[in-house]
Amino acid sequence: MLSIKNLHVKLEEEDKQILKGVDLEVEAGKVHAIMGPNGSGKSTLSYVLSGKDGYEVTEGSATLLGADLLDMEPEERAAAGLFLAFQYPVEIPGVGNMTFLRTAVNAQRKARGEEEMSAADFLKVVRAKAKDLKIDAEMLKRPVNMGFSGGEKKRNEILQMAMLEPKMCIMDETDSGLDVDAMKLVAEGVNALRSEGRGFLVITHYQRLLDHIKPDVVHIMADGRIVKSGGPELALEVENNGYADILAEVA
Amino acid sequence: MARTAEKTNLTDARIAALSIPGRGWSVPAREDAVNRLRAMGLPDRRDEYWKYTRPDTLTQVTPEPAAVFENDEAPLFDGIDRVKIVFVDGVFDAEASDDLSLEGVRIERLAEANSDLHWARDLYGTLETNGQTPVARPLAALNTAFATDGMLIHVTGAASKPISIVYRHESTTSDVILHHLIKLDAGAELTVLENGPAAARFNKVMEVEVGDGASFHHVRAQGRDHERRAATHVFARLGAESTFKSFTLTVNGVMTRNDCVIELTGDDASAHVAGACVGDGAFHHDDTVFVTHDAVNCESRQVFKKVLRNGATGVFQGKILVKAGAQKTDGYQISQSLLLDEDSQFLAKPELEIYADDVACSHGSTSGAIDEDALFYLRSRGVPLAEATDMLTLSFLAEAVEEIEAETLRDEINTRMAAWLGRRRG
Ligand SMILES: Nc1ncnc2c1ncn2[C@@H]1O[C@H](COP(=O)(O)OP(=O)(O)OP(=O)(O)O)[C@@H](O)[C@H]1O
Ligand SMILES: [Mg+2]
Repeated sequence: MLSIKNLHVKLEEEDKQILKGVDLEVEAGKVHAIMGPNGSGKSTLSYVLSGKDGYEVTEGSATLLGADLLDMEPEERAAAGLFLAFQYPVEIPGVGNMTFLRTAVNAQRKARGEEEMSAADFLKVVRAKAKDLKIDAEMLKRPVNMGFSGGEKKRNEILQMAMLEPKMCIMDETDSGLDVDAMKLVAEGVNALRSEGRGFLVITHYQRLLDHIKPDVVHIMADGRIVKSGGPELALEVENNGYADILAEVA
Repeated sequence: MARTAEKTNLTDARIAALSIPGRGWSVPAREDAVNRLRAMGLPDRRDEYWKYTRPDTLTQVTPEPAAVFENDEAPLFDGIDRVKIVFVDGVFDAEASDDLSLEGVRIERLAEANSDLHWARDLYGTLETNGQTPVARPLAALNTAFATDGMLIHVTGAASKPISIVYRHESTTSDVILHHLIKLDAGAELTVLENGPAAARFNKVMEVEVGDGASFHHVRAQGRDHERRAATHVFARLGAESTFKSFTLTVNGVMTRNDCVIELTGDDASAHVAGACVGDGAFHHDDTVFVTHDAVNCESRQVFKKVLRNGATGVFQGKILVKAGAQKTDGYQISQSLLLDEDSQFLAKPELEIYADDVACSHGSTSGAIDEDALFYLRSRGVPLAEATDMLTLSFLAEAVEEIEAETLRDEINTRMAAWLGRRRG
């Protein structure tokens, strides 16, 4: 589904190489997790895949279901089925959450040549999904992420994911800032989305989220590369011993 | 500053090309206005409040021709229950207008009000005259002197629906001067709507006397004609516990200068002036606002937002003057521009002048580009670049639009703004 080959990325503005040859293959129906020390390039990878400005791909490729992601505008990537739950969701004053969500849902449908969702249908669906995530209807009336607590922002990301029904979900530290109960809600939201045709890439620092969302594969990223991949036990190893052993082993 | 010969010549030439149209009661006030105008002279670039806006196309004897903008969209405010008054290139169109009757309101035309005992006699030109100090507004004096028509509106009760003045532009060379006079008695209420491009060149004055406890709401949309030029003035005087709210939407127009001069003369009064403008290319838009607090415990708000692209220019000159004794004044002023490219510019001159000690006044002016993080966030959810830009543009303008009190009018303006932005995208 998501196929990343030898991806090298530097900052556009300065001569700083951040990704130094990432290879990663996420198959449909699978959940992959990425762990790794701060600053190793996890968020950068997610931004480059979703098309954020400021990065330059110097080598390598990234495709989604065979389509060249790097050649597309961010909105085209979204319409092609890519979704990024941001590590730091953005606040947008003056744009209502509901308006934003409906515009997004319909823009994607339009781009795919599908029929737009009526206001009434949209409302019904969004209300049900918000309820599952225990997102207050009042909150949906507010501008995008404005005045949301850290955990509310993360839940709002998952609500967007649930509404947009992407094929490939990248979640960047969605667990950080969540209390124990919220973590369960988010995990349930994610598990409800798990399906044959959908892939997940879950970036996290902690085993806790992975207790709820059982990953098929765990990768360790360090200094812009995937240095080790393994089963769920790899996450436990990190949890217990930190990165020192793993990094020493691959050095 | 020494008065230049050019200024005198220009002023004389302009006066010579015009004639006082009225008979009867308004003539003395008009003659006074001619004298005021001669004494001040028409503005030029050396005048303090004309440094950012070239006055020449507004002052010259013959206006620049302006092509009429072809437009197939439904006219603004069409769905709103109102008393509609139509001027075509400054000429009253009785056919297209509604009956000039509304309970609690007396509506007449300046061109027809010839009775010597007319209520307007004591008011016509007086607020304009007051508004000439401390800053001269010669184009307004010119208007008082030579206005060919306008509406005289005397409100004695709560008007049940808005009065809507529609200005059509059909002639490429029309040069139009209209003067409206509105008087709200104590406790009266009125909403006035204005829309349309009016003329190739439009000079309009609106004088509004807001009596004690009265409330006046004004929502206007200045026409989308690219080539039209306009200089407008609103002069308002507020009595105790009265409310004044004025909002202007401007989209397109090679030259627009909107002056708003407000005097709070009764305690506990409130005045809000707001503007949202969207300019693209050959667009020059100037809001010049002067709010004088001359009473206790009054509140004023100025909220101006400008979105500029492709070399468009926006100007804001706004002042809050708090006179000695105007204690407990709450004055707020914000002017902001959203520059969608590097060719566009925003020029701001915010001023506070305070002679009372127990006041809370704040002002701020900012100029910025679109928020790239917000833009990426929207796009990453599938919203295309142009649409995402429009969403952020509308959200930027929202604070100004929110100054419109009536929800139906707010929605009307929001819907129309979104449609205009959408159209431009094609
Ligand atoms: N726009 C940028 N400007 C400067 N440095 C950047 C930029 N983007 C990323 N970097 C640098 O690249 C490196 C990788 O950052 P990134 O955010 O991808 O790390 P991360 O693995 O997500 O870390 P964390 O676990 O703390 O979230 C860091 O050293 C960071 O400072
Ligand atoms: Mg990160």
